Amino acid sequence: MSPPIAPVGWSRWLVPPAALSIHLSIGQAYAWSVFKTPLEDTLGLSGTQSALPFQLGIVMLGLSAAFGGTLVERRGPRWAMTVALICFSSGFLVSALGAATQQFWLIVLGYGFVGGIGLGIGYISPVSTLIKWFPDRPGMATGIAIMGFGGGALIASPWSVGMLESFGGDSSGIAAAFLVHGLAYAVFMLLGVLLVRVPRPRPAEHGGGPAPAADGPQVSARQALRTPQFWLLWVVLCMNVTAGIGILEKATPMITDFFADTSVPVSATSAAGFVALLSAANMAGRIGWSSTSDLIGRKNVYRVYLGVGVLMYALIALVGSSSKPLFVLCALVVLSFYGGGFATIPAYLKDLFGTYQVGAIHGRLLTAWSTAGVLGPLIVNWIADRQEAAGKHGAELYGTSLLIMMGLLVVGFVANELVRPVHPSHHVGAATARKGAPDVRHERAESA
Amino acid sequence: MSGTNAQSPPEASTGKDRRPLIAFTWLWVGVPLAYGLYELVRKATQLFTG
Repeated sequence: MSPPIAPVGWSRWLVPPAALSIHLSIGQAYAWSVFKTPLEDTLGLSGTQSALPFQLGIVMLGLSAAFGGTLVERRGPRWAMTVALICFSSGFLVSALGAATQQFWLIVLGYGFVGGIGLGIGYISPVSTLIKWFPDRPGMATGIAIMGFGGGALIASPWSVGMLESFGGDSSGIAAAFLVHGLAYAVFMLLGVLLVRVPRPRPAEHGGGPAPAADGPQVSARQALRTPQFWLLWVVLCMNVTAGIGILEKATPMITDFFADTSVPVSATSAAGFVALLSAANMAGRIGWSSTSDLIGRKNVYRVYLGVGVLMYALIALVGSSSKPLFVLCALVVLSFYGGGFATIPAYLKDLFGTYQVGAIHGRLLTAWSTAGVLGPLIVNWIADRQEAAGKHGAELYGTSLLIMMGLLVVGFVANELVRPVHPSHHVGAATARKGAPDVRHERAESA
Repeated sequence: MSGTNAQSPPEASTGKDRRPLIAFTWLWVGVPLAYGLYELVRKATQLFTG
């Protein structure tokens, strides 16, 4: 399957919906918890067991994004979106078979392993293409797509709950729900497969030559791993995500504990509302901050995420329990930075390494996300448990965690400050660039 | 959303109007997203009313 070249007159505004159709679908992963209780009740599973399909899915996301990135660059976005569609959809179908036959391992294999490959390939599939279509606003373009990943759970969560209520929470009901998910997502993602196009070469009358996005430094994915810039950004992303997860993971108990001994205690219903607001901030941050980075620059926007993030955590730690609106506001700002950090990183990579293999480099950088996904919850839960064992209660339970999160953000801030343009010795020669990037090759062949 | 950029010549020059396709594709992804946001807002208001 060769990369689909856009016909004359193709609008670049058709590319974000293609990307969104993939990201809104695979974002369903964060709504897996909807299936946990029905599966536990039907198959007699523990909470840890019922989380396995999701956990394996996230591991596969990281692995397939890291190892499949170069292939995605070579084969193009349509191939990648097709793979994502087949894997994500068939993962649900295999899971439906598993639920119908009460074979949990089939659900783990289907949703976790097969579906997880769809998550990883789907996540990176539109990134490079969007950056090439929007060389003037790469932050906004990738922000739209990555916002979709956050939005996917918002759609799937109420939709899946409604489906389980209609079909029933027994094995046949869960199987029917998985089946409908698999089929519906296949149709929904098909739009992306059919719609996605890589940019046409610049016409000869406009000067010919490579598209603007292909100008500037170009670094291969293999070479990027040998630069300090890649690892500095790895630290930046890991620290920013860890700090965000620190709040996300414990949002409900945190707000409840913070105001437990005050005149305005938080009910379980209010805490659920707080979690929903955090999701909104996470989504808004993805598109809002990422678009802002096009105006103020990538390094500056990460200074805001990490620097102001420290201030927000300090405010929560020092005066959070005295004012509910202040606590909520600070948490929302931190979560908007968390989302913004995810959405801005592809444009930061483009600035440093060019568009040559930016999708593959982005895929490799997502291992920072996997690391943070383990690190964040581990720190917060472990410390909260120890503080509880020591007899502490209320806001005191989180003092040390908040301090550690601030420390991590400072580490990320310093790493961001150390980022410099990539040394020219890492840039690929023009011949290599032409060999590896189909659209660039096409452009130059036509303009010659 | 004029649909023009450095790589894609103006639609006018091709005589093919992409606007209906653009509207359809944005609705395709926009409607489910709006549903998700509506459910989110409903839930979020519980923070102030619950």
